[in-house]
This record gives sequence, C-alpha cells and structure tokens, in this order.
Amino acid sequence: MAYALQQLINGLTLGMIYGLIAVGYTMVYGIIGMINFAHGDIFMIGAFLSLIALLGLSALGISSVPLALALTLIFAAGIAAIYGWSVERIAYRPLRGSFRLAPLISAIGMSITLQNFAQVSQGARVKPMEPLISGGLLLTEGDGFAVQLSWMQIAIVVTTLIVLAIFTWLVTKTPLGRSMRACEQDLKMAGLLGIDTDKTISLTFVIGAALAAVAGLMFLLYYGVIDFYIGFIAGVKAFTAAVLGGIGSLPGAVLGGLLIGLIEVFWSAYFSVEYKDVAAFSILIVALIFMPTGLLGRTEVEKV
Amino acid sequence: MLKVSNLTMRFGGLKAVDDLSFEARAGDITAVIGPNGAGKTTAFNCITGFYRPTEGSIALTHPDGATFALARMPGHRIAARAKVARTFQNIRLFAGMTVLENLLVAQHNTLMRATGFGVLAVFGLGRYRSAEAAGLDKARFWLDAIGLTERANDPAGSLPYGAQRRLEIARAMCIDPVMLCLDEPAAGLNPRESEELNQLLLRIRDGGCSLLLIEHDMGVVMRISDHIVVLDHGKKISDGTPAAVRADPAVIAAYLGEADDDEADAA
Amino acid sequence: MNLALRDAFLSAAAALGLFLPMVGFVATNTDQGLVLTYRPIAVAVLVAMVFVGRLIAVSWRGRSARPQQPNAELAARFAAAGKYLTPLLLVMALLLPLSGSRYYVDLGTLVLTYIMLGWGLNIVVGLAGLLDLGYVAFYAVGAYSYALLAESFGLGFWTCLPLAGILAAFAGLLLGFPVLRLRGDYLAIVTLAFGEIIRVVLINWVSLTHGPNGISGVPRPTLFGLSFSMDGGEGTVAGFFDIEPETIQRVVFLYYVIFGLALLTNWVTLRLRRLPLGRAWEALREDEVACRSLGIDVTNTKLTAFAIGAMFGGFAGAFFATRQAFVSPESFTFIESATVLAIVVLGGLGSQLGVALAALAMVGGLELLRELLTEIAEQMGSPIFAGLAGELPTYRMLIFGIALVVVMVLRPRGLVSGRTPTATLPARA
Repeated sequence: MAYALQQLINGLTLGMIYGLIAVGYTMVYGIIGMINFAHGDIFMIGAFLSLIALLGLSALGISSVPLALALTLIFAAGIAAIYGWSVERIAYRPLRGSFRLAPLISAIGMSITLQNFAQVSQGARVKPMEPLISGGLLLTEGDGFAVQLSWMQIAIVVTTLIVLAIFTWLVTKTPLGRSMRACEQDLKMAGLLGIDTDKTISLTFVIGAALAAVAGLMFLLYYGVIDFYIGFIAGVKAFTAAVLGGIGSLPGAVLGGLLIGLIEVFWSAYFSVEYKDVAAFSILIVALIFMPTGLLGRTEVEKV
Repeated sequence: MLKVSNLTMRFGGLKAVDDLSFEARAGDITAVIGPNGAGKTTAFNCITGFYRPTEGSIALTHPDGATFALARMPGHRIAARAKVARTFQNIRLFAGMTVLENLLVAQHNTLMRATGFGVLAVFGLGRYRSAEAAGLDKARFWLDAIGLTERANDPAGSLPYGAQRRLEIARAMCIDPVMLCLDEPAAGLNPRESEELNQLLLRIRDGGCSLLLIEHDMGVVMRISDHIVVLDHGKKISDGTPAAVRADPAVIAAYLGEADDDEADAA
Repeated sequence: MNLALRDAFLSAAAALGLFLPMVGFVATNTDQGLVLTYRPIAVAVLVAMVFVGRLIAVSWRGRSARPQQPNAELAARFAAAGKYLTPLLLVMALLLPLSGSRYYVDLGTLVLTYIMLGWGLNIVVGLAGLLDLGYVAFYAVGAYSYALLAESFGLGFWTCLPLAGILAAFAGLLLGFPVLRLRGDYLAIVTLAFGEIIRVVLINWVSLTHGPNGISGVPRPTLFGLSFSMDGGEGTVAGFFDIEPETIQRVVFLYYVIFGLALLTNWVTLRLRRLPLGRAWEALREDEVACRSLGIDVTNTKLTAFAIGAMFGGFAGAFFATRQAFVSPESFTFIESATVLAIVVLGGLGSQLGVALAALAMVGGLELLRELLTEIAEQMGSPIFAGLAGELPTYRMLIFGIALVVVMVLRPRGLVSGRTPTATLPARA
C-alpha cells in the first residue's frame, strides 16, 4: 500500500511535467489543426536553457535556491518563447494553404533540426546535474517502506500549478485569450472580424514554448540529467497525453498528462521498466484508434 | 428510383435535416433547392454516404430491380455498388494529375478487376490491356462530350474554372452511375458556361442516368428540372413540378424571407 | 531597402536570442561535473550570417516582384536531362566495381541500399501521400527475419529474402489495418511510435533477439549455391572458377545483389504507377474524399501502398543483415527513418530519378566529403580538418533537418518536380 502511495506521488509529479508539454500540443492543434512535431524539441531546448542558466547563476555566486529557480524559469521560458516564435515563423507560416504533406514534413524537419542543433552545440554526452533541492517529508511508513514526498516534488507541483493558473487566466480572462479562442473556432471568420490571426497564432506558439520550457526545467530538476534526445520520447508521451485528454481541450491536456504520468510510473513499478515507453506509445495507438476525441474532446464533423 | 424516408440528421443539438421524405423518379432531373443553410448539402451527404443519418432510410432501386439501403452502406460502396456518383460544391479534382488520369481513376474498380487485383498486371499478364483500351475509349467519349479532348494531358488543376466543373461531372459519369448527384453545379459559372452545363445535364439524363441536383439559385433549375423539392430549415416545404413549386406560397415566403435576411445582414 | 535593413536587424536580434544561450554557452562535461564554457565568436558568426542572409533574401525578393511559379520550363529541361542522365547513371553504377576499389564498392553498396529504401518509401510517401515516420521498423523486421531464420533454421539468404519481404509486408498490414483510417498527422505520429516500439522490443526481448548485443554470424549470400568462403575449396566461388579467393569478390557480388534489388524496386514501382492501383495511390494523395466518391476503397488502397512499401523495406533489411553479417537494434533508430524520408522529400516526392540523385548526394556525397577532409587532415596534419571530418556525421542530420524545412518552404513538391503522365490517349483510329 505504501509502495503504491509512493508511486502515486511520483506519477502525479511526472504527469504534471507531461501535462505542461501537452498543453502546447493541444493549443497549436486547436488553432491551426496540426501537430507541432517540434514541440518536444522545444521542451528539450528549454531543459538545456535551464541547465545553462543554473550553471551560470551558480558561477555568478547566487546561492539562494528560490531566487535561482525563479530567474532560471523566467530566462528559460523567455528564450524558449523566441524559439517557438521562430519555429512558427520559419517552418509553418509560409506553408499555410500549401499542399497537405508540406507542413507535416516541415515540422518533422524542424524537429530534426532542433534536436541536432542541440547535439552540435551542447555535445552528445548526457548532462548530469547535482540535485538542487534534497530531502523531503516522510509521510508514512508501512511494510518497511517509507513514503516520501520530496521537497523537489513539492516544488515541481507547486510551480506547475502556479504556471497553469497564470496560463488559465491568460486564456480565459484576457483579450489575447479571447482572440485565441475565436481563432480556434474559425480561423477565417476570426480574421474577417478583425483579429490579427497571424499574431494570435504566433502568440500561441510563444506561450506553448514557454510552458514547454517550464516543463524542461522541471524535468531537469526531477531527473537531474538531460541529453539532446529527451524531447523525442517526452514529446510523443505528451502528445499521447493531449490525445488521451481530447486534443484541443486544455484541461484535457493536463488530465491526459497526469494519466500518462501515472500509467508510466505504475507500469514501471509493477510490470517492467524496460517497456515503459512501449506502454505509453501503445496507449497512443489505442487511444487514436478507439477514442480519437479523447476524454474531454469534441467530435469533429468532416466538412465535405 | 430513390426514396428518402423520414431522414433526420443531427449535429449536436442542431437538426440540420428534419424528417425529410421525398422521391426521385428514374429518368428525371430532380432538384433540391432552398435558401442557404436549409440542409440541402447535409441531405445530399447522407444520400451519397459521407454522413450517416441519425434517423430515417434511403432506398435506391436500380432499373434491374436491385435495391440498396444507402443509409447503411459504407461511403465508397455507394459509388461502387449502388452506382451513385457525385460532385462537390468546391470542386475536388485530382489537381496534380492529368485530365485523362482523372477519368481513369474514376474507372478504378472496373480496371482493378481486370488487373487480377494488381498482381498479375505487374508482370504484364491478364486481360488488362483490353480493359485499359476500353477505359481509354470511355474517357475519350466523355472528353469529347465536355470538349476537353485537346487538354487530356494537362494537369487538371491548370484548367479554367468552368472546365474543371465539367471535368468533375465527366469523372463522376465514368463510374457508370444510375444516379448522378450534383452539388451546386452552376455555382460560379457565367451565363454561357451555365447554358453549356444545362445541355450536358440534359444529355446525361437522355442517356438514361437520373440526376439529383442541389441548387441555391431557383432560376437555373427551373429550366431543366422535371421535379423540384424545396427545403427550408431542414424541412420539406414544397414538392412538385417547377410550375407548381413556383406558385407555392410557402416557397415564395421562404425566399422572400431570405431576401429580407440578406438585407438585414447587409445593413 | 530600408525595410530590408530593418527586417535583417530584427532577424539578427532574434538569432542573437536563439544562439547566444545555446551556442554561446556550453555545459561542458568535465571531471568536476558540468562547467560552462564560452563561444562568443561562434555566436557572432551565426548572427552575422543570419543578418547578411536575410538582407540578401529580402532585397532579392523585393526585386523579383512576383512569387515564383512552379517552373515548368525548368521541369521540362530536367525531364530532358533525365533521358540522358538515367542511362548514364545506370552504366556508371554497372561499371563501378571495375574500379577495383573496395572503398568505392562499399560506398556504392551503401548508397544503393539507401536508394532502394528511398524508392520503397517513395511508394508510401511520394505516391500514396501517407507520411510514414517509422519506415525503419520494416527494415528492422526484414533484417531480423533473415538473421533469426538463418540462426534458428539454417536457411540461406535467397530463401529468406522473399520471406523477409513477406514478413515485413505482414507487419505493414498489421500496423496499417487499424491506423490507416487516421488523419495524416495522426498517422505520422503513430508510425513514429511504432518504429520506437519495434526498436525497444528488439532491445528488450533478449531471449529472441539477444538484446542490445545483436545477432552475429548472419550467413553471407551464395552465388547459385557457391559460397564466398576464403578457403577456396569445393563449393566455393573461388574453387568453382579456379581463381584465388579474395574478399573483394564477395564485396562486388553484394554490390550487384543490391543493385538488382534496387532495380527490381524501381521496375515494380514504375509498372504499378501505370496501373489502376498506382493511379489510385496518386489520386489518394491528391484528394481522399474525391476517391471515396468514386467508389475507391480508400483503406484497402492505402493498405496496399503501406504493405508494398514495407515489403521493399523488408528486402533491403535482409540485404543489410547479410552484408553486415550482423544485426543489432542500434542500426534501426529514428535517424534512419529520417534519413530515408529526407532522401524521398529532397528527391521530389514521387520522382524515381530524384530519389536516386538525393541518395547519391546526401549519402555518397557527404561520405566522400568526409573522406576528402580526412585525407587533407592527414596530409597537412591539420587538426581543424580532422575535427571537421569527425563532426560531419553529426552535422549530416542537422543538414537533413534544415533541408526538409527549406525544401518544403521553397518548393513543396520537391526540388525536382514535374511528373510524367501515367497514360495518354492513343491517336484517333
């Protein structure tokens, strides 16, 4: 029981990270109806940016952990936003209205580019980092197993919740959010009504990338090790989360992320660690085939 | 020929088509008309298998007596077995392929059978050669009919708009349909092209194929239709010969009402 | 001009934001853990390149007012050139082993393997318009099929070749049946996931695949039952023809095997294109809804493209296994799928000659460049060139990625577009 409780805690923490990435997939999908294949790689870039910022801050002698984390978060999110903006500007915008496969292939190309860019610029070796925060709360002890809620996990969950709260406020309460939702409903109509759709789409990528960078920082803190390849696997898993939750639905993305996190952790704990990625990927295939609208998604009617 | 009974199509809470029943007789040009948003295209998509109706049945009887329940058939079978062909409101040609190839793709099922399902013909066996010659003949017949023989080897996407419309009709005819369904065939045509189209449609009807067409504009259909069904807000409001429909007060009200809406929108 | 300057400054500013943190600072692995090192010059060079590049691009575009039309003249000229280029390439490929250089024959074999994979994937992506990001999975199925059949049942290459193709096609059907109903981008990510699943299974199903260690001792192919064994005795090629046994004989033989397999792929594709099935694939790429309205069974048609493409991947996989005499999961990563996809896309989605040229340039050309750099480094003793040569494979994927984006943005139908019609009207009788 204690063991299961520990897995539940771990799964929810991991799920938060996936949820943050999934929000970016689902936002872009909602607005321009395509999978942003490069999104997982933006997450990876975000993790590298966080690593560089943390190293830089410690070189500058900043020893306060909360301050370092806050500065890193702002830095990584800000720079990743430039990445998100550039990706849309370079690889997607010129292809709106081009033939069907073009944006997909361009997106794949962008993903390969970012991944290898990170490899070329930062090297192929894995980057291990000293844990920033150690220790935690001992919750209960049972069957000779201590259930621990680490400070790190608390930090991750709290930060994620704060970021998601800001994000929710942004999409529901601000004019920007209103334009985004209008574009999601009907891009052409929104344009006719005087919404700058190009700008709205750009901002969608920017926000998605910033959230992915936050997820990158969390990933770095949680695992303490990153490499240029993490974006690929985490990207597919987060996309699975978005599909599972119902693509286009923002609460669905977070819900899906939590589910995928839980499934992955419990699968590793009770079945096999080796096949944990297979489990997540199989869920993707099964979800797409049997419930393509996901848990909270809308059914789409094909226009003929 | 075609019997639509109690057809209802719901999208979420919205009833796009509401308890629609009508018949189209063999050898007729039947037109479904109505103001924008009356549910014409939805009804049409149900008949041609692109939507599965929420309720109701659609029965098609072939001249040889075979009957098909269209509401329960998968989309491609409606064209392949029940021989119902269709065109689209926004033309859907294979733009990158040539005009001729468009017409050959339409004969896919016939030609495919002749290839021994693709395997034998790779090695040059089978009776594919003669089947292909027959396919080319049929394509040439329709190219002549629509006056595009000269442009057979040009990409379909490079044709002018009116020619694309005619090609789409010819392509639909290449499946040898018993019923041809046209979704606003006259949209965007100039008066001369529109007249050419009317001649083509009459010729197709005289060739033994029944036609079902959707039109937004009443003027176009009055001249060539044998039978008109008028929809408004998903419901049938009138059904009869062009003359009868024209005199029906309900139809006049619906169209005048729409005109008022247009003015209100413009204001 | 002012506008161009402004645009270039903005782009340079964005580039500074992109490159300053990621290129200017490197988290370097050292014995004391990660340490930041700095590369200010690299950042300056990159930003300057973006500035100049953008300036040139904008002012050039400003001068040629109209956006470029698909250049029909260029396509026609290319088609004309193709008439001579194709036989020339064929003859060159046929005569390559006469060079007697093991290096060139090996490289030629590698290039031909990629050409074959490219042609196989071209059926799926170029003709049928289905974006398959897990093509390497079928390559792996073919390779492991042969390796396992040879290991467990002692079957030879020529028996296993068709079996490997059939098994790969079967894998294609198995995956395709449920997923080909999905929209294009869903299909892409599902095939991506499938490729990863196959790889992870190959690594972890140790009892069958020997896991990460792979399977070694995969038998070499025989020439009508004659082996290329070095002992030169009875039943070997050298013994039969009474010549000195040399490794190059086997290398050349392998070269001709893949040459034949690639030509087979090409021939089948060209045949199919002119048949209803191939035409239906292309129609599917153009408009799926219209296909349905014409009574074409969309799912089955996609399935055949998927299975036939997978089959050629399987053939190539079996060849790969016999050439290396060794298979391991490491050879079947997403990078392979991406490489083949890049070849197909750069070749012009559907163009057979284009795929061959793209493979020649992207695989052969880059390898020759690496060789050249290594040689210069050796002769001059220059560490810079040695470093460049060492880094080239890393840069290769970066180049592929950028090329995919650039080609899609500038010429979505590929660098070499222009397709030959699959049928023409005979003259009127």
